[in-house]
Amino acid sequence: MTALGFELTVALRFLREGRMQTALTVGGAGIGVAVIFFITAVLAGVQADLISRVTGAQPHIVVKPPEETVAPLIAGGVGLPRIFSLQARPQRLTTIDGWQSLLQTVEQTPGVRAVAPVASGSALGIKGDASRSVLLLGTELERYLRVVRLDDKISAGVLQLGPGDALIGIELAKDLGAVLGDRFRVQSAQGVSEVFRIRALLDLGSRELNRRYVYTDLRSAQSLLGIPGRVTNLDVSVLEMMKAEEVADRLRTQSGQLIEDWIQTNTFIFSAINNQNIMTTLIKVFISIVVVLGIASVLVVSVVQKRKEIGILRAVGATRQQMLRVFLWQGIMVGVAGALLGSVLGYLLIVVFSHVLRDAEGQALFSLVYDVQLIGIVVLAAAALGLLSAALPARNAARLDPAQAIRG
Amino acid sequence: MGGGEPLIWLQGLRKTYNAGLPNEEEVLHGIDLSIQPGEFTALIGPSGSGKSTLLNNIGLLEAASAGSYHLSGRDVTGFNDDERTYARHAVLGFIFQFHHLLPAFTALENVMMPGLIGQRRGAGIDGGRRPATDLRARATTLLDAVGLSKAYDKKPQELSGGMQQRVAIARALVQEPQLVLADEPTGNLDTATSDSIFALLRRFNREFGTALLIVTHDPRLAERCDRIVELVDGRIASDRANVVSQS
Ligand SMILES: Nc1ncnc2c1ncn2[C@@H]1O[C@H](COP(=O)(O)OP(=O)(O)OP(=O)(O)O)[C@@H](O)[C@H]1O
Ligand SMILES: [Mg+2]
Repeated sequence: MTALGFELTVALRFLREGRMQTALTVGGAGIGVAVIFFITAVLAGVQADLISRVTGAQPHIVVKPPEETVAPLIAGGVGLPRIFSLQARPQRLTTIDGWQSLLQTVEQTPGVRAVAPVASGSALGIKGDASRSVLLLGTELERYLRVVRLDDKISAGVLQLGPGDALIGIELAKDLGAVLGDRFRVQSAQGVSEVFRIRALLDLGSRELNRRYVYTDLRSAQSLLGIPGRVTNLDVSVLEMMKAEEVADRLRTQSGQLIEDWIQTNTFIFSAINNQNIMTTLIKVFISIVVVLGIASVLVVSVVQKRKEIGILRAVGATRQQMLRVFLWQGIMVGVAGALLGSVLGYLLIVVFSHVLRDAEGQALFSLVYDVQLIGIVVLAAAALGLLSAALPARNAARLDPAQAIRG
Repeated sequence: MGGGEPLIWLQGLRKTYNAGLPNEEEVLHGIDLSIQPGEFTALIGPSGSGKSTLLNNIGLLEAASAGSYHLSGRDVTGFNDDERTYARHAVLGFIFQFHHLLPAFTALENVMMPGLIGQRRGAGIDGGRRPATDLRARATTLLDAVGLSKAYDKKPQELSGGMQQRVAIARALVQEPQLVLADEPTGNLDTATSDSIFALLRRFNREFGTALLIVTHDPRLAERCDRIVELVDGRIASDRANVVSQS
């Protein structure tokens, strides 16, 4: 009994003594924490899904040469998200001066995860009699994969972009009557043409993209587009998607280039996600308040029930501060126990509902990422909430007049 | 006894409840009283005369409204709550009528509680703290002395009234106080049990030299004390030495 010290020993014993009461408060706090966990996981899943669907093959930020003024076109009808410019570009492509050093500057900008040089322009894809207008996109695959995840968009084949290799959208392959491993010809507006072998078929998340995209290595695209050694843009990914605007602003003041971020081009989705986040934060705050009130009300009652015991402890030498801490500890322990219980319950909820909640294609809507760090944060937060809950009851306990309490 | 510095020295002690309110009531009207170390004193008087109030004031559970109080030569009159708590913990022990044990703790833990309370506290008025092993040894020795060597791990609810009061006595003595205040310690016990509890208090008084101030309604028990103080209407009506036939 002596190892934990007076306050913790008595706090634990009081909680144990109040079995039912303790179980109910821990249960209540646990359910609150579980719901918070669950909402967080579902929301993260839904939003990640939404974002990847809409912005799928798009980089978070595109750095373009300043003169270019091709307005982004609205793909699809009203209310559908904007897609980056797919419009045929002017004959003479504008390119970025000194892109190698700019790439390094961008790479070192805070918030940036990766940068890839891109030479892109419109061209024709030709196989036999079939010919389709395509968007040629030449890049360094290794860098590009850190900007846009193509690996989870492979429908067939492997990601490989040596000279003469191409990755194309699945619809384009159909339109050209080509299958994996076939060769096809790309002819640019500049009149240059080259033959590529199809190394992978990609599902880029929208029909429009799947019908037009052709990825090649940087050098081939440069020579096809008549801009040897030059690039038309730098594609950038950021560490935190929702903060792309901040990073874009930083790049704007730094580079003097034209900077487009995904939020600019997808305002609708960004504000939808933002509103969702505000709503769920509100819900989480209210759940926390309910948990605090629950713990507090039980502790207030407990102080009244334990009036005599508090009086005895004061009579045999406990100070007000010590009584205060006895009840603060109870709040902390209920909070932490609730958080641990809630983590387990939340995990179960996520497991169960990941089987129930599915997206349009039958895929689970959120993945079972159970963040250990998140549990740590929740436990700490719950301890703080428990402490907050216990503040008033503990003050009542400390203020109790021992003479009165003992008299009856 | 006599001579020396008194353990308790009250001068004109007054206690008013609900001061400034319409139901203001002065319960103690100027008490002059001193108690020497090792004295075995009975405090008697009719119900409502202020015995418990006086005991609570001497026990520093509440502060007097007027007058002065010296405890062990120190003026404790103006002490704040913390200072009173520390002084109480260092010098005084309590035994109440209704045992007042902690139901969530075993007999041994109840006895150890005052020591546990002082364990991690700064030196304060207590002076030095004592090690935990020493505390356990003192607690078991006392439980053995009150005849409860088989009840260490029993919860209070599992003990009879007399046994509970023995645990309370052991708890009152565990910090080796100079004075134990007992408010009707045999109040709800039968005669035989009362006698044995009283004998126990007497024994500790003789063995350890602990002073006791015992509130009792039982004239038979009062006659077994060295001194009898009678309180009537918040005033000391009589205060006499009592010669006890050695038993
Ligand atoms: N906290 C309080 N507030 C107001 N009045 C009080 C309070 N405590 C005691 N009193 C009053 O003080 C008077 C003395 O009470 P006290 O309990 O000291 O008497 P007592 O001599 O111990 O009586 P008993 O023998 O019945 O225990 C009573 O009239 C009581 O109503
Ligand atoms: Mg009384």
